[in-house]
Amino acid sequence: AALKDGLFSQVSAALKEGRVTPTELCHRCLALIKSTKFLNAYITVAEETALKQAEESEERYKRGQPLGILDGIPIAVKDNFSTAGIETTCASNMLKGYISPYNATVVQKLLDQGAVLLGKTNLDEFAMGSGSTDGVFGPVRNPWSYSKQYKEKSVPKSHSEDEESNWVITGGSSGGSAAAVSSFTCFAALGSDTGGSTRNPAAHCGVVGLKPTYGLISRHGLIPLVNSMDVPGILTRCVDDAAVLLGSLAGHDPKDSTTIQDDFRPFEVPNLTDVSKLSIGIPKEYHAPGLSSEILALWSKAADLFKNAGAKVVEVSLPHTRYSIVCYHVLCTAEVASNMARFDGLEYGHRSDMKDSTESMYAATRREGFNDVVRGRILSGNYFLLKQNYEKYFVKAQKVRRLIANDFVKVFRSGVDILLTPTTLSDAAPYTEFIQEDNRTRSAQDDILTQAANMAGLPAISVPTALSERGLPVGLQFIGRSFQEKQLLTVAKWFEKQVQFPVIQLEEVKRHDNGVFQHQKSASFS
Amino acid sequence: GRGLSPVMREAGRCRLGRAGTVPGRRGERGQWSWFCPGASRPRGGAGLAPWIPVVGLEIHAQISSNSKLFSGSQVQFAAPPNSLVSFFDASLPGTLPVLNRRCVEAAVMTGLALNCSINKKSLFDRKHYFYADLPAGYQITQQRVPIAVNGSLSYSLCIDHKMSQMVTKTVRIKQIQLEQDSGKSLHDDTRSQTLVDLNRAGVGLMEVVMEPDMCCGEEAAAAVRELQLILQTLGSSQAVMAEGQLRVDANVSVHHPGEPYGVRTEVKNINSIRFLAKAVDYEIQRQIEELENGGTILNETRAFDSKLGCTVPMRDKEGKQDYRFMPEPNLPPLILYDAKSLPANMNHQQVINIDWIHERLPDLPSVKREKLVEQYGILPEHSFTLLNEDGLAEFFESVVKQTHMKPKKVIGWILNDLLSYLNQHSLTVKESPVSSFLLADLLNLLEKKEISSTAAKRVLAELWKGEGKTPLEIVKEQKLELLQDQNELEWICQAVIDGHENEVIMMVLG
Repeated sequence: AALKDGLFSQVSAALKEGRVTPTELCHRCLALIKSTKFLNAYITVAEETALKQAEESEERYKRGQPLGILDGIPIAVKDNFSTAGIETTCASNMLKGYISPYNATVVQKLLDQGAVLLGKTNLDEFAMGSGSTDGVFGPVRNPWSYSKQYKEKSVPKSHSEDEESNWVITGGSSGGSAAAVSSFTCFAALGSDTGGSTRNPAAHCGVVGLKPTYGLISRHGLIPLVNSMDVPGILTRCVDDAAVLLGSLAGHDPKDSTTIQDDFRPFEVPNLTDVSKLSIGIPKEYHAPGLSSEILALWSKAADLFKNAGAKVVEVSLPHTRYSIVCYHVLCTAEVASNMARFDGLEYGHRSDMKDSTESMYAATRREGFNDVVRGRILSGNYFLLKQNYEKYFVKAQKVRRLIANDFVKVFRSGVDILLTPTTLSDAAPYTEFIQEDNRTRSAQDDILTQAANMAGLPAISVPTALSERGLPVGLQFIGRSFQEKQLLTVAKWFEKQVQFPVIQLEEVKRHDNGVFQHQKSASFS
Repeated sequence: GRGLSPVMREAGRCRLGRAGTVPGRRGERGQWSWFCPGASRPRGGAGLAPWIPVVGLEIHAQISSNSKLFSGSQVQFAAPPNSLVSFFDASLPGTLPVLNRRCVEAAVMTGLALNCSINKKSLFDRKHYFYADLPAGYQITQQRVPIAVNGSLSYSLCIDHKMSQMVTKTVRIKQIQLEQDSGKSLHDDTRSQTLVDLNRAGVGLMEVVMEPDMCCGEEAAAAVRELQLILQTLGSSQAVMAEGQLRVDANVSVHHPGEPYGVRTEVKNINSIRFLAKAVDYEIQRQIEELENGGTILNETRAFDSKLGCTVPMRDKEGKQDYRFMPEPNLPPLILYDAKSLPANMNHQQVINIDWIHERLPDLPSVKREKLVEQYGILPEHSFTLLNEDGLAEFFESVVKQTHMKPKKVIGWILNDLLSYLNQHSLTVKESPVSSFLLADLLNLLEKKEISSTAAKRVLAELWKGEGKTPLEIVKEQKLELLQDQNELEWICQAVIDGHENEVIMMVLG
């Protein structure tokens, strides 16, 4: 039989054949996590429970009864998913030390299928940010900062300038998960995606980032940012793996009333040989201010790739895209204000020592527990929800949201199958440069290409495409129709195969390399 | 309320227009008159324009359900503190609400029973405020589109204390909304601590909003009593006020005829129907007095102090609250179906069919009363008394079935003898030492003329002792039988005549 595609299939085969054991895999990942600690990708490493899970997996393999393709595969989970027995912090003082008594549905599903949970990955506080720089545990560093590719191309301004000031951000807010996958410390990771938080860091870290259709994957246990837009995100090294994870996570959850009623049928991504029946839409509004010429060029090149292969490539218009950011700002902050109301120091989490009155305890707890970004969003959200402002802001933003969603409906109705857009405006910025701007400005700029899909609830995927002139990854985004993940991933896989995105060359990984971690051939698209 | 409901016992108050029993806050309390538009003529002090009181009610009824509105936690009164709290109830991060079908059905039933139109699509909203027993910092409620709207409730009350003069009135129901109950806070002032019990947090409530169609405490009390009976008949709420399953807030204002409604106050903390009547009447009287003295009414929340019998301003937390309502994003719109709109291939576990519920509604109290009057020929006011007491109508019907006595006569024994005994001893019908079987037995003896009615009362007095004797045994023991045997009677008479020779001679001689 032909070897199935994807890293999971290959590792699974290796595990079945005994070429490697789950405990060996787990040990290697743990060792790599230690040697890449400087990336700050993980907040909590669950070494003990991970090894125990690996041992249990090993027993199953010995009995010849693995639970499936994920059995024994080490994964990481963003630290805003609840994990029973393992701290869940949201990178916030508010939840430092908080141990959830239950597993998020997605975590439970992974564990039920034998996956080994290595730990919890770093993020912006409560997932509010686009750099993974604004968490209480410090910024995440992009593994590509330390790659051979980046080091070769970046010319230090002076000899005294070391790596320390040159490292680039991962994007966010699921930067820890993206860095973890990108640096081979795990085989896949869960992120969350509210305005682009999975796709953005995936693009910057050179991994695949999938945001499924809203309602396809349960949010139960995901500590919410914006309930009406949050979706658990999937970060993997290839499109096939994303499909495997999607299949293992998707479907109705009685604990989340917004999930689809029907069961989801897992699928393998077919190898597309003929793209001539495809219609790819290029939304002109995504030629946004601030889009780097380099990315623009890559985007055109990708469109040409489809055209040359026989696909129909058409320019389309999503006229309300330009209102997306401001609309998102109102809806997001309003829900944030509401969702954050529960953090009062009474039932769980941080509680201030202030004892003058219940009210003063609330105030001090929330002041000490939340960073400026979170507090700022709570403040503006409450402002938008005031009786006198509700119609003016919230209701209006909801209407605009409907218009944005309708733009997509119209375009898809016109016969377009998939939209092709850039994921980010440019490649990853150096940290020192990134923090020049405040979180709000950064989020507004960085989410611009990704959050319309959240507004409309549509599935979208960022596929690593090429390296920039600076030797940093660039991703392009495909947006599909609601619940048409199979079509979306099929196109993404075809594209992935065409571009042959290069493998990161990291000293740390080389030291631990065993052939299992890497399967992609080095080649270049640009 | 027992026997005659408090509503009836104190009926007529609103027309009398006085609150003389209520102590005034500042010296002597004047007695201003007011009148109900529905009642007869207004009575006013000489030359004074009459006041029209306006009373609206907001009633929270706890839904009778095994589990809470959005979580699987059990619902139980007086369970150990914090023993019925799910992760969702404690608002642990990441938890989501899952709507309890039973609570929706209870609300639909109640809506139908109150002649409401049921919204086929209703929505949930978040109402925000910080409070220790509200763990999420918001309550999930139905502010924009509630489950039921535009209903009405008919209730009766008597005039001038006369049971025979009953009037029926109607109050419009603005809406019924589903919402979460809060937990309970216990303030320990000596240790300056607040203890929080979340057992009640998240229990399903139906908020029934009654339009300001009432004008006095009696009307409000009668309306609430009728609602309580309806809820209990439906089983949608146990509606026991003492256990907090039925909580009533009253909105009260007064104005002169032809003028717009006055500023209203909201009276809270009312925990019995009797206190509701008192609180409303006190508040009406207070407002009239305030205005007559040149004062103004503040739009404020006041609490009823049942010991003092008056309303007092509640500590206003931070002035006017802005609840910052927002759609609840974790719950899709609540869609209900009727026979017409029901999709063919829908899983019946997943849908609620309004028509199906409608067809299965039990007889409501008003229908039951009509049936009792019609079937047994009893007076309408008796039917009210029968229904006001839990189990009494059933007791009555059971006695009727087991005797030859006419129901019209049976009702007297039920209302005068059984009920007053139960009242005196604070017993429920179920706790009665005399079963319907025993009472029927006794009434049969009376009906067969085996005992006199005076004797029957003596037997009943014996039966209350609950010593397990049958009425017949008591009759025999105490020789209470009426004589049926002519010879025996003649023999007794002869013996009397023989024993009183002189008297007989005197009588014969004239």
